[in-house]
Order: sequence, then structure tokens, then C-alpha cells
Amino acid sequence: MKIAIIKYNAGNIRSVSFALDRLGVEHSITTNPEEIKNADKVIFPGVGEASSTMKYLKENKLDQLIVNLKQPVLGICLGMQLMCSHSEEGDVPCLGIFDEQVKKFVVPKPNPELIKVPHMGWNTITEVNSKLFDETLEGEYVYFVHSYYVARGEHTAATTPYILPFSAALHKDNFYATQFHPEKSGDVGSRILENFIKL
Amino acid sequence: MLAKRIIPCLDIKNGMTVKGIKFLGIKEVGDPVELGALYAQQGADELVFLDITATHEGRKTFVDLVKRIAQHINIPFTVGGGISEIKDAEALLNAGADKISINSSAVKNPQLINDMARNFGSQFVVVAIDAKHFDGDEWIVTVNGGRIPTDKRLFPWAKEAEERGAGEILFTSMDHDGVKQGFANEALSKMSSELSIPIIASGGAGSMEHFKDVFTHGKADAGLAASIFHYKEIAIPDLKGYLKNEGINVRL
Repeated sequence: MKIAIIKYNAGNIRSVSFALDRLGVEHSITTNPEEIKNADKVIFPGVGEASSTMKYLKENKLDQLIVNLKQPVLGICLGMQLMCSHSEEGDVPCLGIFDEQVKKFVVPKPNPELIKVPHMGWNTITEVNSKLFDETLEGEYVYFVHSYYVARGEHTAATTPYILPFSAALHKDNFYATQFHPEKSGDVGSRILENFIKL
Repeated sequence: MLAKRIIPCLDIKNGMTVKGIKFLGIKEVGDPVELGALYAQQGADELVFLDITATHEGRKTFVDLVKRIAQHINIPFTVGGGISEIKDAEALLNAGADKISINSSAVKNPQLINDMARNFGSQFVVVAIDAKHFDGDEWIVTVNGGRIPTDKRLFPWAKEAEERGAGEILFTSMDHDGVKQGFANEALSKMSSELSIPIIASGGAGSMEHFKDVFTHGKADAGLAASIFHYKEIAIPDLKGYLKNEGINVRL
């Protein structure tokens, strides 16, 4: 088992690597196309800004590479958003693996509950329905930090309520994605990563 | 539903956890990685590590420590103390920190908030504000561990930090810190209503009820404390059980 973590110019990629270390899984952090193509599984992590990251992916010819991967791929946070069709963040066309739009959270007006953006902290996942999740994960808390979201749609694999119910996870064919950070979600997050490794 | 967060704060000096009383009279209390892992296991939602080492040698030790923390702990953590340049933040990001907090350096050079947010994203930037109550609604922002008053006022400065790209505000009331009589709930509530980013309340936790109050009256998104956890006056599982019984949404 060899996992390739796609390296790019922003975000805390190291924490994904440390999480895999804790699970004892061999992995590399790389932009090398051959290494990514030949890996058993690929993780596309992310924290950062959408349009500058898409630009970086194109410059490094990683965009077409990711779209054409055949092994299981896990997009995390910005990684998931970039796997959609378009992001409002920097108004940028994205990879289009999931035919979904990424929109900015709008704070409700009036706002008696003082709802904040970014959505930051621990929230629940419900209606879980992909191999990333087993039924024991229904209703568990995971860690989010994001200001943009994907609405619920045909590829939704888990739902979280915040301002509106949104896609906490997506799944289509060999592509899996989470809006939350499994690498930062304690033991629950470790179980989700283990489920991905077992695919 | 988004849970209210409980955040133990570990002050670090020369690689060890310490806790001061009103930022003076420092005592050593233990190994940060071990203590952080214990808190994570007990249900802490995040951790904050503040480096209070002043020397260059100490700074290097701290970066190494951050890497060890990231290797061993599977919940988010913020690091702060002495970060005044992009390259300081970058070293900490590369070591595995999820967020950095900036305080005095942002007061001296507010543009730093914009630069940090542009380079690393707002989610990475916590602006910490230490303030002392002056009169009525007026709070004076202080720097250097509360020792030096500045010409900034709490509410306008918090708003400015948000506009410049801060992802969160960590507000410590210097009047409440170490006194254990509860958080500065009125000021916190005002700040929470005026800003649209999350507010972490700090300074004053002495009982479990104080946490209930900071989430209900203080409208805080997270409550931070140090000594009550380090000295085992309150255990995190007990605190969270209590809050849940009181109708506060917490992660158990």
C-alpha cells in the first residue's frame, strides 16, 4: 500500500502526512505525475484559496492528471471544493469531477443566533452513505474550517447543518471527498481515514 | 449543530508548559506534548500553545516542539508567541501548526494581518487581543503580556482585525485573567454581536458555571483556560458533561 499526497503551494499538508504516519501507512508528498499515477491511493488535501490553487494545478499539469486518476482519490476541504465544477472563491472553473457549485456562506440577516463565518469547529455528520463511513459514524463530530460550501446534491455522501444543510462529503465512482478535516478530527477522523485506506 | 469549543491553553517556556498568574509569577507544570495528548484524549476540542520564551535559541526549540505536537496530536492546534514576520509563520505551518496567533506584532504593524491572511488564508490567522477595562464600554488594548497600554481600543481594533482578514479573535481580559471569577461576558457578548468571525474567550475561568455563562451571556464560540485544567481543578469530561446537561451543545 502506497499513498501519494498531492503537494501544492498552500495549506497544512504536513498534518495529513502525520495522520498517515500514526496509522502506519507508507506515503509520499509529491507533485511527480508518475508517482501519483502509480500510487494505490491518492489524497488531495487542502487549505488555501481556490483560484490561486487552480492556477498552480494547471501550471504543474496536475489538473488533467487528477481528473483521470482511476484509483481511489480522497479530496479534503479545499481539495473537495476544487473537485467541483466552479468555485465562487476567485470565481474560478474547477476540476469538474462533481457537477456541483461551491458557494460562499452568507450570514443570515437578522442573525439572532450570532452565526459566524468561517464555519469553524466540530459539527455532526448525518445521512452518511459511502464506504468512507460505516454506520457507527452517523451523528459523530468532525472538525471543519471553511467559508465556502457545496449544497446537497446527487453525490452527497454525508450532510452537516450550518446556515443550511450542506455536503460534508461527496462520492462518485473512485472519487471521495470531505469538507471536514479527517486528519484533525480525533479518533473519528482516524476511522474515516482507515476506511479510505481499506477501499 | 456546531459545538461550543473547550480549549486548554499551554504556555511554553524553554519547551515546558507553564502558567503564570496575571502574567507574572511563572510556575512549571509539565511536558507540553504529553499534556496536550492527554487533553485531546479527554475531549479538548482544540489546543493553544503560546511560546513565552524570548530568546532565539528558545524559538528554534519551539518549532521542533510544534512538529512533535503535530505528530502526536490529532486535533487542531494554534501556536503563538513572538510571531512577527511571514517567515516565522511559515516555519510553524511547515512544522504542522493549524493556526497561528499574533498579538503585539499585529498592534505594531496591522498590515501583518493582511499579509498573513493573503499568504496562508484567514483560517490560519488568529488575532489575540489582551485588553484592560477602562471605563464604560472602553477597553484599552495592551501588549507585552499586559504590561504596556496602547492607543488602540478593544472593539474598533477587533473589527479592524476582522476586516484585515483575521479568521478568529482570541480576547483575553487582563482584569479577569488569573482571578477565576468568570469571563468578561459583557465585552465578549458585544464583540460577538459586532463581528462575524468566531470569538475565543480567555481569562477568568474558575468554575464550570463560568463556561456556561461565557457561552450563554458572553455569546463566545469557544472558551479557553489554562490553570484550572493544568492543576486538575476541572476535568474536561466533567466540564463537557455539565455543559451538555445545561443545554449547551458540546462534543462528547
